[in-house]
Amino acid sequence: MTVRIDQRRNGYTLITKSLELDLMPQTLFEKIWDSHLVCEEEEGPTLLYVDRHLVHEVTSPQAFDGLRLSGRTVRRPDLTFATMDHNIPTEDRYLPIQDSISAEQMEALRRNCNEFGITLFDLLSSYQGIVHVIGPELGLTLPGQMIVCGDSHTSTHGAFGSLAFGIGTSEVEHVLATQCIWQRRPMNFAIEVTGKRQIGVTAKDVILSIIREIGTAGASGTVLEYRGESIRKMSMEERMTICNMSIEAGARAGIIAPDNTTFRYVSGRRFSPKGKDFDYMVDRCKELSSDPGARFDRMVTMDSSKITPQVTWGTNPGMVTDVTGTIPSPEDFSDAESMNAVKNALEYMNLQPGTLITEVKIDRVFIGSCTNARIEDLDAASRIIRGKRVAPGVSAMVVPGSKAVKVEAERRSLDLVFKEAGFEWRESGCSMCLGMNPDVLQPGERCASTSNRNFEGRQGRGGRTHLVSPLMAAAAAINGHFVDVREWI
Amino acid sequence: MDIGYGGYFLLEPFKIVTGMVAPIDRVNVDTDQIVPKQFLKLTQRTGYGQYLFYDWRYDSQGNPRNEFVLNQPRYHGSKVLLARANFGSGSSREHAVWAILDYGFRVVIAPSFSDIFYNNCLQNGVLPVSLSYEKVESLFRKVYSVDGYYLTVNLEEQSITGPEIELIPFDIEPFPRKKLLEGLDEVAWTLQHETHITEYETRRWDSDQVLPVSHGRNKKEQMSASDQF
Ligand code: SF4
Repeated sequence: MTVRIDQRRNGYTLITKSLELDLMPQTLFEKIWDSHLVCEEEEGPTLLYVDRHLVHEVTSPQAFDGLRLSGRTVRRPDLTFATMDHNIPTEDRYLPIQDSISAEQMEALRRNCNEFGITLFDLLSSYQGIVHVIGPELGLTLPGQMIVCGDSHTSTHGAFGSLAFGIGTSEVEHVLATQCIWQRRPMNFAIEVTGKRQIGVTAKDVILSIIREIGTAGASGTVLEYRGESIRKMSMEERMTICNMSIEAGARAGIIAPDNTTFRYVSGRRFSPKGKDFDYMVDRCKELSSDPGARFDRMVTMDSSKITPQVTWGTNPGMVTDVTGTIPSPEDFSDAESMNAVKNALEYMNLQPGTLITEVKIDRVFIGSCTNARIEDLDAASRIIRGKRVAPGVSAMVVPGSKAVKVEAERRSLDLVFKEAGFEWRESGCSMCLGMNPDVLQPGERCASTSNRNFEGRQGRGGRTHLVSPLMAAAAAINGHFVDVREWI
Repeated sequence: MDIGYGGYFLLEPFKIVTGMVAPIDRVNVDTDQIVPKQFLKLTQRTGYGQYLFYDWRYDSQGNPRNEFVLNQPRYHGSKVLLARANFGSGSSREHAVWAILDYGFRVVIAPSFSDIFYNNCLQNGVLPVSLSYEKVESLFRKVYSVDGYYLTVNLEEQSITGPEIELIPFDIEPFPRKKLLEGLDEVAWTLQHETHITEYETRRWDSDQVLPVSHGRNKKEQMSASDQF
């Protein structure tokens, strides 16, 4: 559907497009890429225009300093939005911040936003939350957009049919100064998810089994497009969980074509288009899907009816197995590299090959993070624990993904369900997903976590993380070990 | 050394680096390992070298673990980091590259890198070189068998040479190569395209030609930054 008119200017190619003429079938990603193309270097990367730049306290201070030092300014403060999520405390927000360095980082963000005229959802704002939860929630994330953020899980926003990349701090500075980003064109990778999920099997289990299938570097250099009936039936929350973890398969971004589910979600949010602008957006977004015959560099099909609840046993998200399975042995692998990796992982996780997953005992439960701390996730988890008690010796906490999620959960009295079961109920933030605030695992503690990374030390030095769905985490909290949640529903 | 203070100091140009090689013999080394998160709270770009591979380098009391590569005298002063597949996966933290650079490395050789990490290297004058699994494997063997094994990495000629090995050519795209060779400041480079950017913005809001309508059709309808939250 694109016609490229090359206008050579100063040796660079400017590409303009016309939507009227259909020529080459394109993928969804290619359409968004092309419509954001500012110019291209010969044989080089492409300069893309950014619609939304999301900023948080940890990866931005050096970028703002760079701007100041070079006497530059923020080109589009109106397209830049900031919040605090990574290192903020999740207990009483009105107490002074204990950690003086965290406090300094938060203060730096306030100063920077103030100086450069950027909208900040500060600690006490009712819009505060994990950057990837509030973007969609506030209607900042819209179909067809190009979105960047100095955080790898920016891929979450792809659930809306936008192209969303995580970037480093130098690139944050670059986007602040130019509203553009250089990118090498990724390849197209389609994942078709068919079939109907079993009860108790969630979007988290689907994405974990995708990563298990293709590996943690399996999608390197590609944009993953998730499609198929199973994806179409998913809610926006579920789609966000899927896209969120695209990065754990090594992908540059994950993307899902927008449909009525998307438009319904976007409608009426704080910053989403209203009235005829909304209609116009919906109208234009009808073109936003991969054309029949569009070329993918790789395709994989997954039958979701065969997927069972997943539990990671190792130190990356690809080291995952069925809840009905056992801890593997290094000997199960053929190449020396994998054997070594499995050996290291089992040592770190203190697990014996052959142990049933359901025999693995846990000390902590964390329900939170940009993967699984939206209202649907909390609601689902609360159904599992309603009227039950957390197992003796287990400490469990819920950290809502945003202030708005927390308020909504409290409106539905979910906080009471959690508290009565013995869970701690916290303020929103990243919390123990990466343990930059006081919420950390102690050395040797084993945690069932709804987050996205089980790397060594991720949740605290020496801490052992098992990634699971909110349902599985809730059921593990009650039992003190993993259980097959399908038998619980 | 001036390191990438984008826009102000240029990067130190990268032409030829000769230096000892330190091996990190693990696949899928993620950025949480390269710099654990407790060290992400600084607000500068320098001083992270002391935290490089912190949890592997030091025990929980903060004493060096002798068995870890960087604590072995034979690898002190290395400039080339030899690594395994999918190096730098996980978090986008640029601190990982700042730590590698600050520690003294200018080159990372591995069979593959995560995309964001690869970009972050280029932003900071660190050269990421991906070689075939076999080539990397043979380098590991050399490094283990020869004390003080060193390599010369020549970006201009895109080659790696060293004792007892044949010249190894490597690929790098023209743009990043140029950027490293000249120590280009990327922001300044992009601002040369100012007319293109402005044109794009105009095209975007003045016509229906470009997908999508991301903030209403009219620029004026956007929220103002002074809205209070
Ligand atoms: S919740 Fe975890 S993964 Fe998500 S943005 Fe925060 S730290 Fe990153």
